[in-house]
Amino acid sequence: MREIALKAAIALVICLTMAFIALPIASLFLKNSPDAVLRSMNDPAVKDALRLSLTTSTLTTLIVILMGTPVAYVNARFSYFGKEMVDSLIDLPVIMPPAVAGIALLMAFGRMGIVGQHLNALGFSIAFTTLAVIFAQVFVSSPFYIRQARTSFEDVDLSFENAARTLGASRIYAFFHVTLPMAMNGLISGAIMAFARSLGEFGATIMFAGNFQGRTQTMPLAIYTTMQGDLDVALCLALILVAISFLIIALVKNLTRRMYKNVRN
Amino acid sequence: MLEIDVKKKLRDFDLELSIKISRGEILMLVGDNGCGKTTLLNMIAGLIEPDSGMIGLDGRPLFDSSIKIDIAPERRRIGYVFQSYALFPHMSVYENVAFGLRTRNLSNREIELLVRDHLADAGLWEIRNARAMKISGGQKQRVALARALIIEPDILLLDEPLSSLDIRKQAEMRRELREKLRSYAVPSIMVTHDLRDVASIGDRACLMERGKIALEGRVEDVMSWASVHSEIEGEDSGSLMR
Repeated sequence: MREIALKAAIALVICLTMAFIALPIASLFLKNSPDAVLRSMNDPAVKDALRLSLTTSTLTTLIVILMGTPVAYVNARFSYFGKEMVDSLIDLPVIMPPAVAGIALLMAFGRMGIVGQHLNALGFSIAFTTLAVIFAQVFVSSPFYIRQARTSFEDVDLSFENAARTLGASRIYAFFHVTLPMAMNGLISGAIMAFARSLGEFGATIMFAGNFQGRTQTMPLAIYTTMQGDLDVALCLALILVAISFLIIALVKNLTRRMYKNVRN
Repeated sequence: MLEIDVKKKLRDFDLELSIKISRGEILMLVGDNGCGKTTLLNMIAGLIEPDSGMIGLDGRPLFDSSIKIDIAPERRRIGYVFQSYALFPHMSVYENVAFGLRTRNLSNREIELLVRDHLADAGLWEIRNARAMKISGGQKQRVALARALIIEPDILLLDEPLSSLDIRKQAEMRRELREKLRSYAVPSIMVTHDLRDVASIGDRACLMERGKIALEGRVEDVMSWASVHSEIEGEDSGSLMR
Protein backbone atom coordinates (compact mmCIF):
# COMPACT_ATOMS: atom_id res chain seq x y z
CA MET A 1 0.00 0.00 0.00
CA ARG A 2 2.81 2.37 1.00
CA GLU A 3 4.66 1.43 -2.17
CA ILE A 4 1.64 2.33 -4.32
CA ALA A 5 1.31 5.66 -2.53
CA LEU A 6 5.02 6.37 -3.10
CA LYS A 7 4.72 5.54 -6.79
CA ALA A 8 1.64 7.75 -7.10
CA ALA A 9 3.47 10.63 -5.40
CA ILE A 10 6.46 10.27 -7.73
CA ALA A 11 4.14 10.15 -10.76
CA LEU A 12 2.38 13.31 -9.53
CA VAL A 13 5.69 15.17 -9.12
CA ILE A 14 6.76 14.12 -12.62
CA CYS A 15 3.41 15.23 -14.09
CA LEU A 16 3.54 18.60 -12.31
CA THR A 17 7.12 19.23 -13.48
CA MET A 18 6.25 18.30 -17.05
CA ALA A 19 3.12 20.49 -16.94
CA PHE A 20 5.14 23.43 -15.61
CA ILE A 21 7.55 23.20 -18.55
CA ALA A 22 5.07 22.17 -21.24
CA LEU A 23 2.26 24.59 -20.41
CA PRO A 24 4.05 27.84 -21.37
CA ILE A 25 5.34 26.24 -24.59
CA ALA A 26 1.89 24.86 -25.44
CA SER A 27 0.38 28.27 -24.71
CA LEU A 28 2.54 29.80 -27.44
CA PHE A 29 0.80 27.53 -29.93
CA LEU A 30 -2.66 27.75 -28.35
CA LYS A 31 -2.69 31.55 -28.15
CA ASN A 32 -1.66 31.87 -31.76
CA SER A 33 -3.64 31.26 -34.93
CA PRO A 34 -1.80 29.79 -37.95
CA ASP A 35 -3.14 32.67 -40.10
CA ALA A 36 -1.66 35.28 -37.79
CA VAL A 37 1.66 33.45 -37.71
CA LEU A 38 1.83 33.25 -41.50
CA ARG A 39 0.86 36.93 -41.81
CA SER A 40 3.52 37.92 -39.30
CA MET A 41 6.15 35.97 -41.19
CA ASN A 42 6.04 38.76 -43.80
CA ASP A 43 6.58 41.48 -41.21
CA PRO A 44 9.91 43.26 -41.91
CA ALA A 45 10.85 43.05 -38.22
CA VAL A 46 10.50 39.23 -38.32
CA LYS A 47 12.38 38.89 -41.62
CA ASP A 48 15.21 41.18 -40.50
CA ALA A 49 15.52 39.53 -37.09
CA LEU A 50 15.46 36.02 -38.55
CA ARG A 51 18.08 36.88 -41.17
CA LEU A 52 20.31 38.68 -38.66
CA SER A 53 20.01 35.99 -36.01
CA LEU A 54 20.81 33.14 -38.39
CA THR A 55 23.71 35.04 -39.99
CA THR A 56 25.32 36.18 -36.75
CA SER A 57 24.77 32.87 -34.98
CA THR A 58 26.31 30.96 -37.89
CA LEU A 59 29.33 33.27 -38.03
CA THR A 60 29.65 33.10 -34.24
CA THR A 61 29.61 29.31 -34.34
CA LEU A 62 32.33 29.26 -37.00
CA ILE A 63 34.49 31.67 -34.98
CA VAL A 64 33.95 29.65 -31.80
CA ILE A 65 34.93 26.43 -33.60
CA LEU A 66 38.07 28.00 -35.09
CA MET A 67 39.15 29.61 -31.81
CA GLY A 68 37.85 26.97 -29.43
CA THR A 69 39.08 23.75 -31.05
CA PRO A 70 42.82 24.36 -30.50
CA VAL A 71 42.17 25.60 -26.95
CA ALA A 72 40.03 22.54 -26.15
CA TYR A 73 42.59 20.15 -27.64
CA VAL A 74 45.55 21.68 -25.81
CA ASN A 75 43.63 21.65 -22.52
CA ALA A 76 42.59 18.03 -23.08
CA ARG A 77 46.07 16.75 -23.92
CA PHE A 78 48.71 18.91 -22.24
CA SER A 79 49.58 20.22 -18.80
CA TYR A 80 50.98 23.73 -18.57
CA PHE A 81 51.42 26.50 -16.05
CA GLY A 82 48.14 28.35 -15.51
CA LYS A 83 45.91 25.69 -17.09
CA GLU A 84 43.46 25.80 -14.15
CA MET A 85 43.12 29.54 -14.55
CA VAL A 86 42.55 29.24 -18.30
CA ASP A 87 39.87 26.62 -17.62
CA SER A 88 38.11 28.86 -15.09
CA LEU A 89 38.28 31.83 -17.45
CA ILE A 90 36.73 29.78 -20.26
CA ASP A 91 33.85 28.78 -17.99
CA LEU A 92 33.29 32.27 -16.55
CA PRO A 93 30.82 33.54 -19.20
CA VAL A 94 28.48 30.64 -18.38
CA ILE A 95 28.05 31.84 -14.79
CA MET A 96 28.37 35.56 -15.49
CA PRO A 97 25.00 37.39 -15.83
CA PRO A 98 24.54 38.45 -19.50
CA ALA A 99 24.14 42.10 -18.50
CA VAL A 100 27.56 41.95 -16.82
CA ALA A 101 28.99 40.38 -19.98
CA GLY A 102 27.48 43.28 -21.97
CA ILE A 103 28.97 45.97 -19.78
CA ALA A 104 32.32 44.14 -19.69
CA LEU A 105 32.39 44.07 -23.49
CA LEU A 106 31.54 47.80 -23.54
CA MET A 107 34.41 48.52 -21.16
CA ALA A 108 36.77 46.57 -23.41
CA PHE A 109 35.57 47.34 -26.93
CA GLY A 110 33.19 50.34 -26.47
CA ARG A 111 34.14 53.77 -27.80
CA MET A 112 35.84 54.61 -24.47
CA GLY A 113 36.91 51.03 -23.76
CA ILE A 114 40.44 49.80 -23.17
CA VAL A 115 40.82 48.47 -26.72
CA GLY A 116 37.89 50.35 -28.23
CA GLN A 117 39.38 53.84 -27.71
CA HIS A 118 42.41 52.91 -29.84
CA LEU A 119 40.22 51.35 -32.51
CA ASN A 120 38.03 54.44 -32.40
CA ALA A 121 41.09 56.65 -32.97
CA LEU A 122 41.75 54.57 -36.10
CA GLY A 123 38.17 55.22 -37.21
CA PHE A 124 36.97 51.72 -36.38
CA SER A 125 34.02 51.20 -34.08
CA ILE A 126 32.66 47.90 -32.78
CA ALA A 127 29.97 48.79 -30.23
CA PHE A 128 26.40 49.10 -31.58
CA THR A 129 27.25 47.39 -34.88
CA THR A 130 26.50 43.90 -36.22
CA LEU A 131 30.07 43.00 -35.28
CA ALA A 132 29.18 43.80 -31.66
CA VAL A 133 26.34 41.25 -31.87
CA ILE A 134 28.88 38.63 -32.94
CA PHE A 135 31.32 39.70 -30.19
CA ALA A 136 28.56 39.32 -27.57
CA GLN A 137 27.50 35.95 -28.96
CA VAL A 138 31.08 34.61 -29.11
CA PHE A 139 31.67 35.75 -25.54
CA VAL A 140 28.65 33.95 -24.09
CA SER A 141 28.57 30.87 -26.31
CA SER A 142 32.24 29.84 -26.55
CA PRO A 143 32.27 27.94 -23.21
CA PHE A 144 29.49 25.65 -24.45
CA TYR A 145 31.64 24.52 -27.37
CA ILE A 146 35.02 24.49 -25.64
CA ARG A 147 33.82 22.41 -22.69
CA GLN A 148 32.15 19.84 -24.93
CA ALA A 149 35.12 19.75 -27.32
CA ARG A 150 37.56 19.21 -24.47
CA THR A 151 35.54 16.27 -23.12
CA SER A 152 35.33 14.80 -26.63
CA PHE A 153 39.10 15.05 -27.12
CA GLU A 154 39.71 13.51 -23.68
CA ASP A 155 37.49 10.58 -24.68
CA VAL A 156 39.81 9.77 -27.59
CA ASP A 157 42.41 7.47 -26.04
CA LEU A 158 45.96 8.74 -26.51
CA SER A 159 47.01 5.33 -27.88
CA PHE A 160 45.20 6.13 -31.17
CA GLU A 161 47.31 9.25 -31.67
CA ASN A 162 50.42 7.36 -30.62
CA ALA A 163 49.64 4.60 -33.12
CA ALA A 164 49.22 7.22 -35.85
CA ARG A 165 52.56 8.81 -34.92
CA THR A 166 54.45 5.51 -35.09
CA LEU A 167 52.86 4.91 -38.50
CA GLY A 168 54.45 8.08 -39.82
CA ALA A 169 51.85 10.75 -39.05
CA SER A 170 52.97 14.15 -37.78
CA ARG A 171 51.07 15.61 -34.83
CA ILE A 172 48.94 17.68 -37.19
CA TYR A 173 48.24 14.76 -39.55
CA ALA A 174 47.31 12.56 -36.57
CA PHE A 175 45.02 15.30 -35.26
CA PHE A 176 43.13 15.79 -38.53
CA HIS A 177 42.94 12.12 -39.57
CA VAL A 178 42.51 10.35 -36.23
CA THR A 179 41.61 12.55 -33.27
CA LEU A 180 39.28 14.98 -35.01
CA PRO A 181 37.13 12.34 -36.77
CA MET A 182 36.90 10.33 -33.55
CA ALA A 183 35.81 13.40 -31.57
CA MET A 184 33.58 14.73 -34.35
CA ASN A 185 30.16 13.82 -32.89
CA GLY A 186 31.01 15.61 -29.66
CA LEU A 187 32.38 18.63 -31.51
CA ILE A 188 29.23 18.92 -33.62
CA SER A 189 27.12 18.57 -30.51
CA GLY A 190 29.13 21.38 -28.83
CA ALA A 191 28.85 23.56 -31.92
CA ILE A 192 25.07 23.10 -31.96
CA MET A 193 24.88 24.09 -28.30
CA ALA A 194 26.98 27.19 -29.02
CA PHE A 195 24.72 28.03 -31.98
CA ALA A 196 21.65 27.66 -29.76
CA ARG A 197 23.15 29.87 -27.07
CA SER A 198 24.02 32.51 -29.69
CA LEU A 199 20.52 32.42 -31.10
CA GLY A 200 19.00 33.02 -27.67
CA GLU A 201 21.48 35.68 -26.55
CA PHE A 202 19.76 38.84 -25.25
CA GLY A 203 21.38 40.66 -22.31
CA ALA A 204 24.93 41.13 -23.57
CA THR A 205 23.69 41.97 -27.07
CA ILE A 206 21.25 44.70 -26.03
CA MET A 207 23.90 46.33 -23.81
CA PHE A 208 26.84 46.10 -26.20
CA ALA A 209 25.19 46.18 -29.61
CA GLY A 210 21.94 48.04 -28.95
CA ASN A 211 18.59 47.26 -30.54
CA PHE A 212 18.53 48.52 -34.14
CA GLN A 213 16.29 46.69 -36.58
CA GLY A 214 18.21 45.05 -39.42
CA ARG A 215 21.58 45.83 -37.80
CA THR A 216 21.66 44.54 -34.23
CA GLN A 217 18.08 43.49 -33.50
CA THR A 218 18.29 39.70 -33.24
CA MET A 219 15.22 37.52 -32.66
CA PRO A 220 15.14 37.73 -28.84
CA LEU A 221 15.52 41.50 -29.06
CA ALA A 222 12.81 41.66 -31.72
CA ILE A 223 10.45 39.67 -29.46
CA TYR A 224 11.11 42.13 -26.64
CA THR A 225 10.50 45.11 -28.95
CA THR A 226 7.46 43.86 -30.89
CA MET A 227 5.53 42.52 -27.91
CA GLN A 228 5.08 46.12 -26.80
CA GLY A 229 3.19 46.79 -30.06
CA ASP A 230 2.16 43.75 -32.12
CA LEU A 231 1.91 40.57 -30.02
CA ASP A 232 1.33 38.41 -33.14
CA VAL A 233 4.77 39.29 -34.46
CA ALA A 234 6.35 38.52 -31.08
CA LEU A 235 4.52 35.19 -30.92
CA CYS A 236 5.56 34.34 -34.48
CA LEU A 237 9.22 34.96 -33.58
CA ALA A 238 8.82 32.95 -30.39
CA LEU A 239 7.37 30.01 -32.34
CA ILE A 240 10.28 30.06 -34.76
CA LEU A 241 12.72 29.98 -31.84
CA VAL A 242 10.81 27.13 -30.18
CA ALA A 243 10.89 25.14 -33.43
CA ILE A 244 14.65 25.71 -33.75
CA SER A 245 15.12 24.72 -30.08
CA PHE A 246 13.27 21.42 -30.62
CA LEU A 247 15.39 20.71 -33.68
CA ILE A 248 18.57 21.45 -31.74
CA ILE A 249 17.59 19.19 -28.84
CA ALA A 250 16.81 16.35 -31.25
CA LEU A 251 20.15 16.81 -33.04
CA VAL A 252 22.19 17.00 -29.85
CA LYS A 253 20.47 13.96 -28.33
CA ASN A 254 21.07 11.95 -31.47
CA LEU A 255 24.73 12.95 -31.64
CA THR A 256 25.31 12.36 -27.94
CA ARG A 257 23.83 8.88 -28.24
CA ARG A 258 26.14 8.10 -31.15
CA MET A 259 29.11 9.60 -29.31
CA TYR A 260 28.62 7.37 -26.25
CA LYS A 261 28.11 4.39 -28.50
CA ASN A 262 31.49 5.11 -30.11
CA VAL A 263 33.18 5.60 -26.73
CA ARG A 264 31.74 2.28 -25.48
CA ASN A 265 33.07 0.52 -28.57
CA MET B 1 71.60 -3.95 -33.94
CA LEU B 2 69.27 -2.04 -31.61
CA GLU B 3 71.13 -0.56 -28.65
CA ILE B 4 69.30 0.85 -25.66
CA ASP B 5 70.94 2.47 -22.66
CA VAL B 6 68.45 4.78 -20.94
CA LYS B 7 67.45 6.27 -17.61
CA LYS B 8 64.11 7.75 -16.65
CA LYS B 9 62.70 8.76 -13.31
CA LEU B 10 59.26 7.23 -12.93
CA ARG B 11 56.76 7.89 -10.15
CA ASP B 12 57.74 4.96 -7.91
CA PHE B 13 61.25 4.06 -9.10
CA ASP B 14 64.00 4.88 -11.58
CA LEU B 15 63.97 3.02 -14.86
CA GLU B 16 67.57 2.26 -15.76
CA LEU B 17 68.51 -0.38 -18.29
CA SER B 18 70.83 -1.36 -21.05
CA ILE B 19 69.90 -3.89 -23.76
CA LYS B 20 71.22 -4.87 -27.18
CA ILE B 21 69.10 -6.72 -29.72
CA SER B 22 70.45 -8.09 -32.98
CA ARG B 23 68.68 -7.98 -36.35
CA GLY B 24 66.15 -10.77 -36.60
CA GLU B 25 66.26 -11.46 -32.88
CA ILE B 26 63.04 -11.60 -30.84
CA LEU B 27 63.47 -10.37 -27.28
CA MET B 28 60.69 -11.25 -24.85
CA LEU B 29 60.19 -8.74 -22.05
CA VAL B 30 58.47 -10.08 -18.95
CA GLY B 31 57.79 -8.56 -15.56
CA ASP B 32 55.12 -7.43 -13.14
CA ASN B 33 52.53 -4.82 -14.07
CA GLY B 34 53.98 -1.32 -13.76
CA CYS B 35 57.64 -2.44 -13.85
CA GLY B 36 58.34 -0.23 -16.88
CA LYS B 37 57.93 -2.60 -19.85
CA THR B 38 55.48 -0.44 -21.82
CA THR B 39 57.42 2.69 -20.84
CA LEU B 40 60.51 1.12 -22.42
CA LEU B 41 58.61 0.36 -25.64
CA ASN B 42 57.26 3.92 -25.70
CA MET B 43 60.76 5.31 -25.24
CA ILE B 44 62.03 3.25 -28.18
CA ALA B 45 59.07 4.45 -30.26
CA GLY B 46 59.77 8.07 -29.31
CA LEU B 47 56.46 8.52 -27.50
CA ILE B 48 58.18 9.08 -24.12
CA GLU B 49 61.47 10.91 -23.79
CA PRO B 50 64.12 9.30 -21.55
CA ASP B 51 65.82 11.60 -19.02
CA SER B 52 69.21 10.56 -20.33
CA GLY B 53 71.01 7.91 -22.34
CA MET B 54 70.83 6.74 -25.92
CA ILE B 55 68.77 4.57 -28.24
CA GLY B 56 70.46 3.68 -31.51
CA LEU B 57 69.83 1.43 -34.46
CA ASP B 58 72.79 0.20 -36.51
CA GLY B 59 74.88 3.10 -35.23
CA ARG B 60 72.20 5.68 -36.11
CA PRO B 61 70.97 7.53 -33.01
CA LEU B 62 67.21 7.70 -32.48
CA PHE B 63 67.74 9.37 -29.14
CA ASP B 64 70.95 10.64 -27.60
CA SER B 65 70.82 13.02 -24.67
CA SER B 66 74.55 13.82 -24.91
CA ILE B 67 74.19 15.33 -28.40
CA LYS B 68 70.53 16.35 -27.93
CA ILE B 69 69.05 14.11 -30.61
CA ASP B 70 65.45 13.00 -30.28
CA ILE B 71 64.00 11.75 -33.56
CA ALA B 72 60.21 12.23 -33.74
CA PRO B 73 58.14 8.99 -33.59
CA GLU B 74 56.94 9.44 -37.19
CA ARG B 75 60.53 9.41 -38.46
CA ARG B 76 61.76 6.37 -36.50
CA ARG B 77 60.23 3.68 -38.78
CA ILE B 78 58.92 1.60 -35.92
CA GLY B 79 56.18 -0.97 -36.18
CA TYR B 80 54.25 -0.90 -32.93
CA VAL B 81 51.40 -3.26 -32.03
CA PHE B 82 49.69 -1.67 -29.05
CA GLN B 83 48.17 -3.68 -26.21
CA SER B 84 44.63 -2.66 -27.15
CA TYR B 85 45.68 -2.71 -30.85
CA ALA B 86 44.61 0.96 -31.18
CA LEU B 87 42.89 0.29 -34.49
CA PHE B 88 41.20 3.45 -35.71
CA PRO B 89 37.49 2.73 -35.12
CA HIS B 90 36.26 5.23 -37.71
CA MET B 91 38.19 3.49 -40.49
CA SER B 92 37.76 0.21 -42.31
CA VAL B 93 40.26 -2.63 -42.03
CA TYR B 94 41.67 -1.53 -45.41
CA GLU B 95 42.10 2.10 -44.33
CA ASN B 96 43.73 1.06 -41.04
CA VAL B 97 46.38 -0.93 -42.88
CA ALA B 98 46.77 1.77 -45.55
CA PHE B 99 47.21 4.55 -42.96
CA GLY B 100 50.99 4.29 -42.67
CA LEU B 101 51.34 4.33 -46.47
CA ARG B 102 49.11 7.39 -46.84
CA THR B 103 51.38 9.33 -44.46
CA ARG B 104 54.22 8.51 -46.88
CA ASN B 105 52.35 10.03 -49.83
CA LEU B 106 52.33 6.85 -51.91
CA SER B 107 49.99 6.75 -54.90
CA ASN B 108 46.61 5.03 -54.52
CA ARG B 109 47.75 2.31 -56.94
CA GLU B 110 50.87 1.54 -54.88
CA ILE B 111 48.85 1.60 -51.67
CA GLU B 112 46.26 -0.78 -53.08
CA LEU B 113 48.89 -3.28 -54.22
CA LEU B 114 50.68 -3.28 -50.88
CA VAL B 115 47.53 -3.39 -48.77
CA ARG B 116 46.08 -6.20 -50.89
CA ASP B 117 49.30 -8.21 -50.41
CA HIS B 118 49.36 -7.76 -46.65
CA LEU B 119 45.64 -8.32 -46.11
CA ALA B 120 45.58 -11.40 -48.33
CA ASP B 121 48.65 -12.76 -46.54
CA ALA B 122 46.91 -12.31 -43.19
CA GLY B 123 43.64 -13.78 -44.50
CA LEU B 124 41.86 -10.44 -44.09
CA TRP B 125 41.11 -9.39 -47.68
CA GLU B 126 37.51 -10.60 -47.42
CA ILE B 127 36.82 -8.30 -44.48
CA ARG B 128 38.71 -5.30 -45.88
CA ASN B 129 35.60 -3.09 -45.85
CA ALA B 130 34.52 -3.97 -42.31
CA ARG B 131 34.85 -1.34 -39.63
CA ALA B 132 37.85 -2.06 -37.40
CA MET B 133 35.67 -2.10 -34.27
CA LYS B 134 33.29 -4.70 -35.73
CA ILE B 135 35.81 -7.54 -36.24
CA SER B 136 36.84 -10.33 -33.84
CA GLY B 137 39.79 -10.17 -31.41
CA GLY B 138 41.96 -12.46 -33.55
CA GLN B 139 41.22 -10.41 -36.66
CA LYS B 140 42.04 -7.21 -34.80
CA GLN B 141 45.39 -8.67 -33.80
CA ARG B 142 46.14 -9.58 -37.43
CA VAL B 143 45.09 -6.13 -38.68
CA ALA B 144 47.29 -4.44 -36.06
CA LEU B 145 50.25 -6.58 -37.08
CA ALA B 146 49.64 -6.01 -40.81
CA ARG B 147 49.38 -2.26 -40.16
CA ALA B 148 52.69 -2.30 -38.28
CA LEU B 149 54.49 -4.45 -40.86
CA ILE B 150 53.31 -2.74 -44.05
CA ILE B 151 55.51 0.29 -43.38
CA GLU B 152 58.57 -2.01 -43.48
CA PRO B 153 59.72 -1.02 -40.01
CA ASP B 154 63.31 -1.09 -38.81
CA ILE B 155 62.19 -2.21 -35.33
CA LEU B 156 59.10 -4.14 -34.19
CA LEU B 157 57.50 -3.53 -30.82
CA LEU B 158 54.60 -5.67 -29.57
CA ASP B 159 52.86 -4.89 -26.29
CA GLU B 160 51.00 -7.99 -25.07
CA PRO B 161 49.54 -8.65 -28.53
CA LEU B 162 47.86 -11.89 -27.47
CA SER B 163 46.50 -10.88 -24.07
CA SER B 164 42.97 -10.08 -25.24
CA LEU B 165 42.49 -13.37 -27.10
CA ASP B 166 40.97 -16.54 -25.69
CA ILE B 167 43.31 -19.47 -24.87
CA ARG B 168 42.63 -21.44 -28.06
CA LYS B 169 43.12 -18.39 -30.26
CA GLN B 170 46.31 -17.52 -28.39
CA ALA B 171 47.92 -20.86 -29.29
CA GLU B 172 47.04 -20.37 -32.97
CA MET B 173 48.23 -16.77 -33.02
CA ARG B 174 51.51 -17.67 -31.31
CA ARG B 175 52.46 -19.85 -34.23
CA GLU B 176 51.44 -17.19 -36.73
CA LEU B 177 53.23 -14.45 -34.84
CA ARG B 178 56.42 -16.44 -34.54
CA GLU B 179 56.46 -17.10 -38.32
CA LYS B 180 55.72 -13.47 -39.13
CA LEU B 181 58.41 -12.08 -36.83
CA ARG B 182 60.91 -14.62 -38.15
CA SER B 183 60.29 -13.51 -41.73
CA TYR B 184 61.18 -9.88 -40.88
CA ALA B 185 64.88 -9.57 -40.15
CA VAL B 186 64.51 -6.67 -37.72
CA PRO B 187 65.04 -6.44 -33.96
CA SER B 188 61.74 -7.26 -32.23
CA ILE B 189 60.69 -6.73 -28.65
CA MET B 190 57.54 -8.35 -27.33
CA VAL B 191 56.10 -7.60 -23.92
CA THR B 192 54.15 -10.43 -22.35
CA HIS B 193 52.94 -11.81 -19.05
CA ASP B 194 52.58 -15.28 -20.41
CA LEU B 195 55.52 -17.70 -20.29
CA ARG B 196 53.92 -19.74 -23.09
CA ASP B 197 54.58 -16.72 -25.33
CA VAL B 198 58.17 -16.61 -24.11
CA ALA B 199 58.67 -20.30 -24.79
CA SER B 200 57.14 -20.41 -28.24
CA ILE B 201 58.03 -17.02 -29.74
CA GLY B 202 61.21 -15.60 -28.19
CA ASP B 203 64.91 -16.08 -28.85
CA ARG B 204 65.99 -14.33 -25.69
CA ALA B 205 64.15 -13.07 -22.61
CA CYS B 206 64.55 -10.28 -20.10
CA LEU B 207 62.85 -10.21 -16.75
CA MET B 208 62.22 -6.65 -15.56
CA GLU B 209 61.72 -5.60 -11.95
CA ARG B 210 61.04 -2.03 -10.94
CA GLY B 211 62.71 -0.51 -13.99
CA LYS B 212 65.80 -2.74 -13.99
CA ILE B 213 66.70 -5.95 -15.76
CA ALA B 214 66.67 -8.61 -13.05
CA LEU B 215 67.44 -11.51 -15.33
CA GLU B 216 68.53 -11.71 -18.93
CA GLY B 217 69.37 -14.73 -20.99
CA ARG B 218 68.22 -17.49 -23.23
CA VAL B 219 64.53 -18.28 -23.14
CA GLU B 220 65.25 -21.64 -21.43
CA ASP B 221 67.16 -19.93 -18.59
CA VAL B 222 64.36 -17.48 -17.86
CA MET B 223 61.80 -20.26 -18.17
CA SER B 224 63.67 -22.40 -15.69
CA TRP B 225 63.92 -19.49 -13.26
CA ALA B 226 60.20 -18.93 -13.69
CA SER B 227 59.37 -22.59 -12.96
CA VAL B 228 61.30 -22.41 -9.69
CA HIS B 229 59.58 -19.11 -8.92
CA SER B 230 56.15 -20.61 -9.63
CA GLU B 231 56.83 -23.55 -7.34
CA ILE B 232 57.87 -21.22 -4.53
CA GLU B 233 54.95 -18.84 -5.07
CA GLY B 234 52.44 -21.53 -5.98
CA GLU B 235 51.31 -19.64 -9.09
CA ASP B 236 50.03 -20.78 -12.46
CA SER B 237 53.20 -21.40 -14.46
CA GLY B 238 51.50 -20.18 -17.63
CA SER B 239 51.01 -16.59 -16.55
CA LEU B 240 53.34 -15.65 -13.79
CA MET B 241 54.00 -12.01 -14.16
CA ARG B 242 50.63 -10.38 -13.49
